Amino acid sequence: MSTTHMNTHDAHEAGAHHDEHHDTGGNTVFGFWLYLMTDCLLFASVFATYAVLFMNTAGGVSGKDIFELDFVLAETAALLVSSITYGFALICAFRKNKKGTLSWLAVTFLLGAIFIAMEIYEFHHLIVNGHGPQASAFLSAFFTLVGTHGLHVTAGLIWMFIMMIEVTKTGLTGRAVTRLSCLSLFWHFLDVVWICVFTVVYLMGAI
Amino acid sequence: MSALLGKLSWDALPYDPIVIGTLCVVAVAGCVLAFLLIKHKLLGVLWNDWLTSVDHKKLGIMYIVLAFVMLIRGFADAIMMRLQLALATNGDPGYLPPSHYDQIFTAHGVIMIIFMAMPFMIGLMNIVVPLQIGARDVAFPFLNNLSFWLAVSGAVLVNISLGLGEFAKTGWVAYPPLAGLEYSPGVGVDYYIWALQISGIGTTLTAVNFLATVFKMRTPGMKLMDMPIFTWTCTWANILIAASFPILTAVLAMLTLDRYLDFHFFTNDGGGNSMMYINLFWAWGHPEVYILVLPAFGIFSEIVSTFTGKRLFGYKSMVWATASISILGFIVWLHHFFTMGSSANVNAFFGVMTMIIAVPTGVKLFNWLFTMYRGRLRVTVPVLWTLGFMVTFSIGGMTGVLLAVPGADYVLHNSLFLIAHFHNTIIGGAVFGYLAGFAFWFPKAMGFHLNVKLGKAAFWCWLVGFFLAFMPLYVLGFLGMTRRLNHTDNPDWNIWLYIALVGAFVILAGIICQFLQLFVSFRDRNKNLDTTGDPWNGHTLEWSTASPPQYYNFAELPVVSDIDAFTDMKEKGTAYVRKESYAPIHMPKNTKSGVVIGALITAFGFAMIWHIWWLAIVGLAGAIVTFIARAYTSDVDYYVQPDEIAQIENEHLDNVAKG
Repeated sequence: MSTTHMNTHDAHEAGAHHDEHHDTGGNTVFGFWLYLMTDCLLFASVFATYAVLFMNTAGGVSGKDIFELDFVLAETAALLVSSITYGFALICAFRKNKKGTLSWLAVTFLLGAIFIAMEIYEFHHLIVNGHGPQASAFLSAFFTLVGTHGLHVTAGLIWMFIMMIEVTKTGLTGRAVTRLSCLSLFWHFLDVVWICVFTVVYLMGAI
Repeated sequence: MSALLGKLSWDALPYDPIVIGTLCVVAVAGCVLAFLLIKHKLLGVLWNDWLTSVDHKKLGIMYIVLAFVMLIRGFADAIMMRLQLALATNGDPGYLPPSHYDQIFTAHGVIMIIFMAMPFMIGLMNIVVPLQIGARDVAFPFLNNLSFWLAVSGAVLVNISLGLGEFAKTGWVAYPPLAGLEYSPGVGVDYYIWALQISGIGTTLTAVNFLATVFKMRTPGMKLMDMPIFTWTCTWANILIAASFPILTAVLAMLTLDRYLDFHFFTNDGGGNSMMYINLFWAWGHPEVYILVLPAFGIFSEIVSTFTGKRLFGYKSMVWATASISILGFIVWLHHFFTMGSSANVNAFFGVMTMIIAVPTGVKLFNWLFTMYRGRLRVTVPVLWTLGFMVTFSIGGMTGVLLAVPGADYVLHNSLFLIAHFHNTIIGGAVFGYLAGFAFWFPKAMGFHLNVKLGKAAFWCWLVGFFLAFMPLYVLGFLGMTRRLNHTDNPDWNIWLYIALVGAFVILAGIICQFLQLFVSFRDRNKNLDTTGDPWNGHTLEWSTASPPQYYNFAELPVVSDIDAFTDMKEKGTAYVRKESYAPIHMPKNTKSGVVIGALITAFGFAMIWHIWWLAIVGLAGAIVTFIARAYTSDVDYYVQPDEIAQIENEHLDNVAKG
C-alpha cells in the first residue's frame, strides 16, 4: 500500500514540477486577468461618477452641444479594427511566424496611434473653445473618463512598441508570447471599455 | 514658487516644540540604529538578505516590522489626543492648538488603518499563506517585493509630513469640500492623497498576486474546499481588495484632479458633488474594514482548532459565512452617512443589510464555541487573545447593530459612540487577531518562542486598557459629545475623559510589554529555540516545515487529502519521511528593482506634494524605466541543487527526531 502511495506521490510530484517550471506563463496570464478585473473596477468608478455628474453642466455646454458623432465613429472604427489586427498578430505569434506578428503589430500600433491622435485633437478642440475640464463637473467627468481610457491606450502603445523590439531582437520566445497574450487581453479589454464609453458618453449624450 | 523646489521653502520646517522634540528623538534613534548596523557589520546582510529579498517569509517579517514602527507613531498620536482631551476641559485650551490637533487625529486614523493594520495583516498573510497551501513562493515574487516597497513609500511620505509641511487636518476620510483646495490650501491633503494612492496600488498588486497564488499554486490534492481556513479568509480579503481598492484609486485621482488642475468633481461650484466622493470613499472604506477583520477571523479559527486539538467545527459554514460577509460588505456603505438625507427606503435597505451581517458573523462565533466545546483548550497567549476577542468583538458587533438603525444613527452619527464602536471592532477584532497570529506564528517565522509571561502581561494590559479607554466613549456619545473636538466645556463629560486617558496609559503598558517581550525573547532566543518546527502540534502544512522554514519551503511538494493536512500526515505516519534523493528546486533570485522603484516613487510622490515638477517627471519616468529594465533581465532565477536540499532536510529531520 505504502509503495503504491509513494509511486503516485512521485508521479504527481513530477507533474507538479513540470507545471511549476515550464508553465509559469499560465500563472502570468491568469494574474493579468485578475489585474484587468481591478482595472475594470477603476473604470466602473469613473463611469459611476460620470453618470452622477453628466447633467451638472453649471450653465455651460452639455454633451449634445459638443459631441461630433461622425468624428467619434471614425475614432471608434480605428480602435475596433485594431482589435482584429491584434488578433491576427497573436495568431501569427502562436504559429511562430515572426514576420507576420511584427507586421500585424505595426498595423495595430498605427491604428491605436490614429485613435489617440484623434482623441488629442478632440480634447484640444474642446479646450480652445472654452470647454475644458475646468468649465463644469460634466466636462471634468467627461475628460477624466475618456482620458483614463486614452491613458490606458497610450500605455498599451508603449507596451506594444517594446514588444515589437523584443520580438525583433529575440524572436517569439515563450516569454514573448506570454507577454503578447497579456497585451492582447489588455488591448481587447480597452476595446470593450471603449464600446461602453461610446455608448454611454457619446451616443446617449448626443440624443 | 520656484522651479527648482516648487512650494518647498524654509517655512515648511516645523516650529512646534513637540514636533521638533519628536524629530530629535527619531534622529537619535536612527543614528543609534545605523551605528549598531555598522558596528555589527549588518548593512550587507540587511541589503542582500532582507531589503532585496523576494522570499515571502522575509517580506512578511518586514511588513510586520513596518506595522510595529507605525504602531508607535499611531499610538503616540492616540495618547496625545487623549491627553489633550483630558486637559482641555472646562474651557481650558489644553496643550495642542487645533491646527496641530487636527493633523494628529487625521494621521492617527490613516496610520492605524493603512500603515499599521494593513501591513500587519499582509505580513501575516505573506508568511503563512504560501506555506499553508504547500507552495514554494507566491505567483509573482518580484511583484510581492515591489508591493512591500510601495507600502513603505506611502509610510515614508506620511512620516516626512511630520517634519516638512503639515499633514491633512480633515480627518482620515478627507471629505471634500473641506479637503478641496479652497478650504485646505496647504500640502497636508496632498501628503494624504499620495501616501494612500501609492500604498493602495501596492495593496491591489498584493491581492492580485495572492489570488493567483491561491488559485494556481496549491499543492497536489488540495482542492479549494481543502484550503486551511486562514488561507480562505485571506482569499476573501484579497477578493475584497481587488474589488474595492480600485475605487479608492479612482476617487483619490479625482480629488487630485480637483486640487491640482481645478476640476469640479467635488467642489461647491461648477456643478461638483461632494457626496459623490463620500459614496465612493465608503464603497472602498466599508469593504476595507472586512479586509482587515476577515483574516483575523481566520487566525482565531486556526488558533481555536489547534489549541483544542480538534478539527474546526463547521469548516464549510465558516467558508460560506466569510463569503457572505464579503459580499454583504459591498452593499452597506451608505450606513456611514445615513444623515446624507436619502429617502427612508434607501436608508432602510442599507440598515437591514448591515444588520444581516451579524448573522454570518454569529455563525462564526458559534463555530468557535462549538470547536472549544468538549475540547481541551490549552490556554496559551494566542488563546488568551482569542478569548478576549470573542468577548470584546461581540460587544462591538452589538453596538454596530445599534448604529445600523437609521433612526438611532441620526442621534449617534459622528458622536463618540461611533468612535467607541469602530475601535471596539477594529482593536477587539482585527488588532487582537493580528497579535494572536503574531504569537501563534512567531516561532514558525523566527525559529524561537516568545516569552510567555510578558505575552500574557501584554494581553491583560491591552484588554483592560481597551475597556477603560473605550467604554467611556460610549457613555460620552450618549451624553452628546461629538468626535474631533479639540476642547470641551461640559463638566459632565470630564470624569469619562479622565477614565479614557487612564485606559490609554494601560494600553501603553501593553505595548511596552509587547516590545519588551520581543527584546527578552530575542536575548534569550538560544534557550527557547523551536527545533521541531511544530511547537503547537499544528494541523496545517506550515507546521511541517522547519522553524524558520527552509527558504524553498518544501523539498518536495506535499500531497494533500484532508483539510487538516499535517494532522492527517502525522496520523498516517507520512510526516517526516526521509527521502533518498531530491529534484533540483527552481527559485527566484533577489532583486534590487523593488527598492529602486520604491525610492523613485517616493521621490515622485514627494515632488507631486510640493509641486516640484521636474522631480516628479524624473521619479515617475525612472520608476517605469526600472520596471521595464527588470522585465528584460534574464538573470532572475536559479536552481537549488539536490545535495544542498538533502543536507538541509536531513538536518531538520535530525532535529525533529531529537525534539
